[in-house]
Amino acid sequence: MSEITPDLVRHLGVLARIQLSDEEVEQLTGQLDVIVDNIAKVSQVATADVPATSHPVPLQNVFRPDVPGDMLTVDEVLQNAPDAADGRFRVTAILGEEQ
Amino acid sequence: MAKAKLMDFDKALELFEPVLGFEVHVELNTETKMFSAAGNPANEKNHAAAPNTLVAPVDMGLPGSMPVVNAEAVRSSISLGLALGCSIAPSSRFARKNYFYPDLGKNYQISQYDEPIAFEGQVEIELADGDTVVIPIERAHMEEDAGKLTHMGGATGRIQGAEYSLVDYNRAGVPLVEIVTKPIIGAEHRAPEIAKAYIATIRDIVRGLGISEARMERGNLRCDANVSLRPRVAPGEPTPPLGTRTETKNVNSMRSVERAVRYEIQRQAAILADGGSITQETRHWHEDTGTTSPGRPKSDADDYRYFPEPDLLPVVPSAELIEELRAALPEPPAAHRRRLKAEWGFTDLEFQDVANGGLLAEVEATIAAGASPAAARKWWTGEITRVANSEGREPSELVSPEHVAALQKLVDEGTLTDKLARQVLEGVIAGEGSPQEVVDARGLAVVSDDGALIAAIDEALASQPDVLAKIRDGKVQAAGAVIGAVMKAMKGQADAARVRELILTRAAE
Amino acid sequence: MSDLTRLSAAELSSALASGEVSSVEATQAHLDRIATVDGDVHAFLHVSDHALDVAADIDRRRAAGEALGPVAGVPLAIKDVLVTTDMPSTSGSKILEGFMSPYDATVVARSRAAGLVPLGKTNMDEFAMGSSTEHSAYGPTRNPWDLDRIPGGSGGGSAAAVAAFEAPLALGSDTGGSIRQPAHVTGTVGMKPTYGGVSRYGAIALASSLDQVGPVARTVLDSALLHDVIAGHDPHDATSLTDRWPSFAEAAREGARGDVLKGLRVGVITELPDSGFQAGVSASFREALDAMQAQGAEIVEISAPHFEYGVAAYYLILPAEASSNLAKFDSVRFGMRVNVPGGTVEDVMAATRDAGFGPEVKRRVILGTYALSAGYYDAYYGSAQKVRTLIQQDFDNAFTQVDVIATPSAPTTAFRLGEKIDDPLQMYLNDVTTIPANLAGVPGISIPSGLAAEDGLPVGIQFLAPVREDARLYRVGAAVEATLVDRWGGPLLDRAPILGGTR
Repeated sequence: MSEITPDLVRHLGVLARIQLSDEEVEQLTGQLDVIVDNIAKVSQVATADVPATSHPVPLQNVFRPDVPGDMLTVDEVLQNAPDAADGRFRVTAILGEEQ
Repeated sequence: MAKAKLMDFDKALELFEPVLGFEVHVELNTETKMFSAAGNPANEKNHAAAPNTLVAPVDMGLPGSMPVVNAEAVRSSISLGLALGCSIAPSSRFARKNYFYPDLGKNYQISQYDEPIAFEGQVEIELADGDTVVIPIERAHMEEDAGKLTHMGGATGRIQGAEYSLVDYNRAGVPLVEIVTKPIIGAEHRAPEIAKAYIATIRDIVRGLGISEARMERGNLRCDANVSLRPRVAPGEPTPPLGTRTETKNVNSMRSVERAVRYEIQRQAAILADGGSITQETRHWHEDTGTTSPGRPKSDADDYRYFPEPDLLPVVPSAELIEELRAALPEPPAAHRRRLKAEWGFTDLEFQDVANGGLLAEVEATIAAGASPAAARKWWTGEITRVANSEGREPSELVSPEHVAALQKLVDEGTLTDKLARQVLEGVIAGEGSPQEVVDARGLAVVSDDGALIAAIDEALASQPDVLAKIRDGKVQAAGAVIGAVMKAMKGQADAARVRELILTRAAE
Repeated sequence: MSDLTRLSAAELSSALASGEVSSVEATQAHLDRIATVDGDVHAFLHVSDHALDVAADIDRRRAAGEALGPVAGVPLAIKDVLVTTDMPSTSGSKILEGFMSPYDATVVARSRAAGLVPLGKTNMDEFAMGSSTEHSAYGPTRNPWDLDRIPGGSGGGSAAAVAAFEAPLALGSDTGGSIRQPAHVTGTVGMKPTYGGVSRYGAIALASSLDQVGPVARTVLDSALLHDVIAGHDPHDATSLTDRWPSFAEAAREGARGDVLKGLRVGVITELPDSGFQAGVSASFREALDAMQAQGAEIVEISAPHFEYGVAAYYLILPAEASSNLAKFDSVRFGMRVNVPGGTVEDVMAATRDAGFGPEVKRRVILGTYALSAGYYDAYYGSAQKVRTLIQQDFDNAFTQVDVIATPSAPTTAFRLGEKIDDPLQMYLNDVTTIPANLAGVPGISIPSGLAAEDGLPVGIQFLAPVREDARLYRVGAAVEATLVDRWGGPLLDRAPILGGTR
């Protein structure tokens, strides 16, 4: 019933930025297939008239006043940085959209 | 990269109908960020903060950190929605937009997806000749900005060829309102103009509300321009579907908006006329070459896997709050313009000059600082615009309205001639200080000491002895040569009229 | 003074207040205990090197006449999911090895302010994903009752620490049973508060709409004492409730004293048939219900027709939210970074996450990515959120008929290490009785109900109450505990094998 294929798992690995080995892909495909078959039954009872719950205890309008606080020092910001220079985090070349 | 083929604009419009769409991001100038209490760099006072000094745990995605909504940002967003003629959602909520990028502290952006705070509005914009156009607004929603990346090691400071990048999270979490138009149909030849006027209007609105500095050059106001073309059909034939659109980013000024829209129309027309098809993609505007280039084609980046933000609760504005904010709205730009036009007493053409240059706010502020409307207009649409165009910058970046008013005051007092004032302006633009400071530093004041003038006149007369005789003879215009010599000797720092007076007095002696 | 580690937190609190014992003595006793047994149990990932300094400071302030709260000077173990400024926080993962948070979790800050003495950080399933602590990247924790068995999960470290007398109190977190199920398999007490009752700020997020931080202890009163310290609104957590909570310690004392069980309507859920559970678990559950009936409680059979979809909904919502919450672990700002020569930052991210995440985490992140992806949202995540509504309605209906719901805390006693690790689905079914409370946001407590006849291992009974009725659980829990302990002639843990000496 579920559509879990190795190609799909590879695609999901890309979306999730996890480099998966072929072995991992194979294993995950099998395991997820079984799991998804089992959990897919939620759609049976989830009919159109049932509203979705995203917050277990309903609250609304929770705000904070526009007052400064809470800031970290530069040292704190960088204290766990794997690589930093000039007060900023350093990363290798980015292949991406023009910013 | 080969230069793209462009069709002549008018030809393009003959064959195709352009359809526009805009996504404008406005950075709010609240004290703190959208979801954290860190100082907001889009607020004027934090503008020059050092990297990573305006960062709270949630801005950099520290484990265990959580967002909390800024009440003032919500008020500003509602005000903006109302000013755009939108309905305010009785309940709206936040959603996570999931994607990976180093400038995103959590690798998701908190935004709004299916329940934006404002929707279904319209904005009236005014064009150069006084025509008005109504731009339909799809929605306005709240979200947070991403951090800043600086690409290092490459030749151009751009991403291609960079060796590494540095990340600053000051901007991560800055409150944004994203305004999305519906497809704008019927712009025709005026598409580029309409684009520019729309952005200028949004800028005027947010400045009028006081919710954003709205300086495009600082990124407070960012515009993505969507352009598509569809073929013209004979009357009676069914309207073709909308064409494939491109989205152009990095459009950093009013000028760029207009040029980029025009360029995309021309580029797409050439491709379609050749029988090709348009790739749906994001393109990057290059101000220096006046062209767009493709960004990375959209692939898996499209699947943002939106879901309601579980750490935040719905925003349910009360009817009272909405009415309070509605009552506090300033007059809409069109009404505002009509009032100013009447107050300033300009001709239609003079007023258009100011409005089309996007200089209403600057002129208004200059008048508020004490200058006459005519003087304010003269400076802003004249010399300041000239310098701005030659330097490729916005007039508002060059000099403050207060300085312009002060400059004019110096002219009115007689301390400067118009010509000297232009030199002083040059100094102010160069950052040498206020007009008075430039005058003092450069010694540009008009010499008001008659003694010095008389000395210069005597010297000039020494080499042109017959001038006095000619004047006494009734040939008053002979004074001109002496005036010229004196002005030259005084490096322009003399009141020519006074020099003339002194010469004539001398002649009468 | 006889073994300080055998005192409950309440007893220790009295001894500290009377001056009979100093915090330094109490803390030293627990550090000694850790040194003796933790080599076998492996409850702790990190032991504080300055606990005695903190204890000494409490003693000094007490001697100077400062008014201190009830738990001041009592040692505390902290689940490694909670960030601490003075000890690393790994959430049981290699990807956060050595991570030093620049801020304390709110519950940690409140604990420090109350004078609790942090002993160290406890082991857990990686990113709280698991029911056995076998998925910790730092090796499993072992059940003090039988070192070849699991201590439960994800909070096996906190439960084992308390069960092995290494700490009288511990902080845990519960997303689908991670406090309650370890309590069940170790013969201790664990409480999941009403969603929003305790701040999540500084708790490394797993599933934001399900996570709660809660107390882990050996007795109901001890759990209440800790709950009183950590409960309450936190402006840093927008989902935290603004309710003023009554004293849970008071509620526990009331429960132990009075006639709480008389006329109490206790619901048993048809759709969670304990007849399908391990025989000894079911028997112990029924014995506890009998004991309650003997005290005047009324046992009522009730139906919760959508509970059977609970595990399925949970294993859609959790992975979906987790896939988003774990995206921040990308090598850029903190944590592990795997160098990829000539690689782009995307390559580095992907290689780091592959190396830094264990198999269970990867499984759930991939599953969650799937559940949220374009075209699948409605069928999976969207549907699961609807099941949530249905389960809430089931609870609402149930609580019109009963005051509390009772279930066994898990289907089996502690299974052997390695027994279920290769069958994720089997592992997930451990949570069948605890998951509904997280989906609906209702509070739940697990207290020891006895030992299973076939293996002599602890069994726990779970009570659930309506949203915001946490105090009711302390009253009922304390009453049942008093009844059972009375029957047994002493706490269940007295029968645990002796560690650090002869078995």
